[in-house]
Amino acid sequence: MNAVQSSTVSAVPLLEVDGLRTQFFTPAGRVHAVDGVSFTLDQGRVLGVVGESGCGKSVMALSLLGLLPPRQAAIVAGHVRYDGRELTTLGRRQLEDVRGREIAMVFQDPMTSLNPTLSIGDQLMEPLRRHLDLSRQAARRRAIELLEEVEIAGAATRLDDYPHNYSGGMRQRVMIAIAVACRPKLLIADEPTTALDVTVQASVLDLLHDLQQEYEMALLLITHDMGVIAEMADDVLVMYAGQVVEHAPALELFDHPEHPYTEALLAALPQVDVVGAHKQHLAAIPGRPPSLLQPPAVCRFAARCPYAEQDDPCTSQMPELREVRPSHFVRTFHPAIERVAAAGVSA
Amino acid sequence: MSGNVLLEVEGLTKHFQGRRGFRRQGEAVRAVDDVSFVVREGETLGLVGESGSGKSTTGYCVLQLLKPTAGSVRFQGQELTSAPRAELRAARRELQIVFQDPYSSLDPRQTVEQIVADPLEIHRIGDRASRRRRVHELLDLVGIDPAFASRYPHEFSGGQRQRVGIARSLALDPKLLICDEPVSALDVSIQAQILNLMNELQRELGLAYLFIAHDLAVVRAVSDRIAVMRNGKILEEGDAEEVYVRPQHPYTKALLAAVPVADPRRMRAERERRRSTRAAAGAGA
Repeated sequence: MNAVQSSTVSAVPLLEVDGLRTQFFTPAGRVHAVDGVSFTLDQGRVLGVVGESGCGKSVMALSLLGLLPPRQAAIVAGHVRYDGRELTTLGRRQLEDVRGREIAMVFQDPMTSLNPTLSIGDQLMEPLRRHLDLSRQAARRRAIELLEEVEIAGAATRLDDYPHNYSGGMRQRVMIAIAVACRPKLLIADEPTTALDVTVQASVLDLLHDLQQEYEMALLLITHDMGVIAEMADDVLVMYAGQVVEHAPALELFDHPEHPYTEALLAALPQVDVVGAHKQHLAAIPGRPPSLLQPPAVCRFAARCPYAEQDDPCTSQMPELREVRPSHFVRTFHPAIERVAAAGVSA
Repeated sequence: MSGNVLLEVEGLTKHFQGRRGFRRQGEAVRAVDDVSFVVREGETLGLVGESGSGKSTTGYCVLQLLKPTAGSVRFQGQELTSAPRAELRAARRELQIVFQDPYSSLDPRQTVEQIVADPLEIHRIGDRASRRRRVHELLDLVGIDPAFASRYPHEFSGGQRQRVGIARSLALDPKLLICDEPVSALDVSIQAQILNLMNELQRELGLAYLFIAHDLAVVRAVSDRIAVMRNGKILEEGDAEEVYVRPQHPYTKALLAAVPVADPRRMRAERERRRSTRAAAGAGA
């Protein structure tokens, strides 16, 4: 919360997502991809969103920016407020003014998100000319600075190269340069290093971290990788089957995971740095997430949960997101803290 | 592991002719460059490296799906690089592959039963009834309810499809499975299920694996020995625990240090370490 106190920001959070519901319209019915997600993100903070494929984390990000495929999907309820301004009701042009200027996005795959027929320089200059109205010359100078900022060696001579002349790691640096070109206040990064080798990933994450600190950007970082979350996030949102199941500060979450799903996810990770990890038996999570066509109106993790008993509310009610420790919210009838307490009582 | 040597690879080399534009010319790419290793019965050799290291090409050369430029591949004492087609075909019964992508490696128009029975039919093993029994046995072995045998791949999740892929590769009672990134398309919770299954199958059937992957943590979870590849060469090879706990080659060390682990304090300390290394390098320049 330091960033908020130290700056002159009012009580309004930079980004406020409230009861967001996004659905896909398929021949089989409506897919409840994002099903009532709420959170806030303050200036200068990093919120990590973690979950497995199909949990709704990417669809949530696309919803924020109005980038859902038209006619196939739509926000059906909820609010997205940026700096106090409602984004869900903005028209296409108004959204275009916000995207790239105030809020920018970096996607997973730098191979497909850059245009292969335009030079790196052209693609860097586009947002500068569109949003900041710079002259061609000024935009070019700024583009070189940006390439230097993301540590591309020989920036001035590399500006007229095309994406195929760049390696995967360099392309992702260019994507980041394009994203921060107009000094956005919020950067949304969806699996920004998933397509990269581990050694390259570390340097790209360092770059993102440095830029975020330097410009006091808010960063919404979406990933499936708990390691990336551990490295980058101030706060963490764990998503499962379209819902937020746990929300806590990062150290708190890793020290005291409360949701059985978060615990299981951490236990299922093969470990690289523990002596004796060789041929270890991994704690796999049995089964798979429920279909989001008609999601059950009960705890969505109940079918895979080791703590859900027959006569529990788990299989008859939907647990609310509640605060079980300071700033630590969890959606389950069996948070770790209550299991420990119950064990203490019965002992 | 003191089992007999099953696979012996010596001086394996694969060059790809470089291209400039549409004309063949230019430098050859040394995808695999003088690589040697052995795999013993019942053990797992993990072959780990980043993209372009030559690890997958090595796997394909072992299977003779790619013709090596030089070197030898001996499987159960038999030289495969010069083996005539018929002999190669016989050898492949005992030398099978598991692919990365369970979405594209299963024919969407075949039922799971047809997919798993395919190798049996190709090698003309048994009659219809006995093949069917064998398919059900295999599905049971990999944790798929044999009652689902008449379903199509799209009716299964990614993890279940990879189980089907493994069942198919086990149909001919192989001795060695070459696994090319078998879990990298899967979510963590499902990945753990498949890695556990592979370890169990190894114990039960005495299988050997050549396990090719980029993820060091995943490789550690299955391997007895590890070989680290980069630019077509094996840089370091040894007992799995040893390589992870006391890496010798600087590249192995760098690779291990770069893996993100689920420990915020360590990750942040690691970032500070990188930052001061960079600052020191910058100041020296």
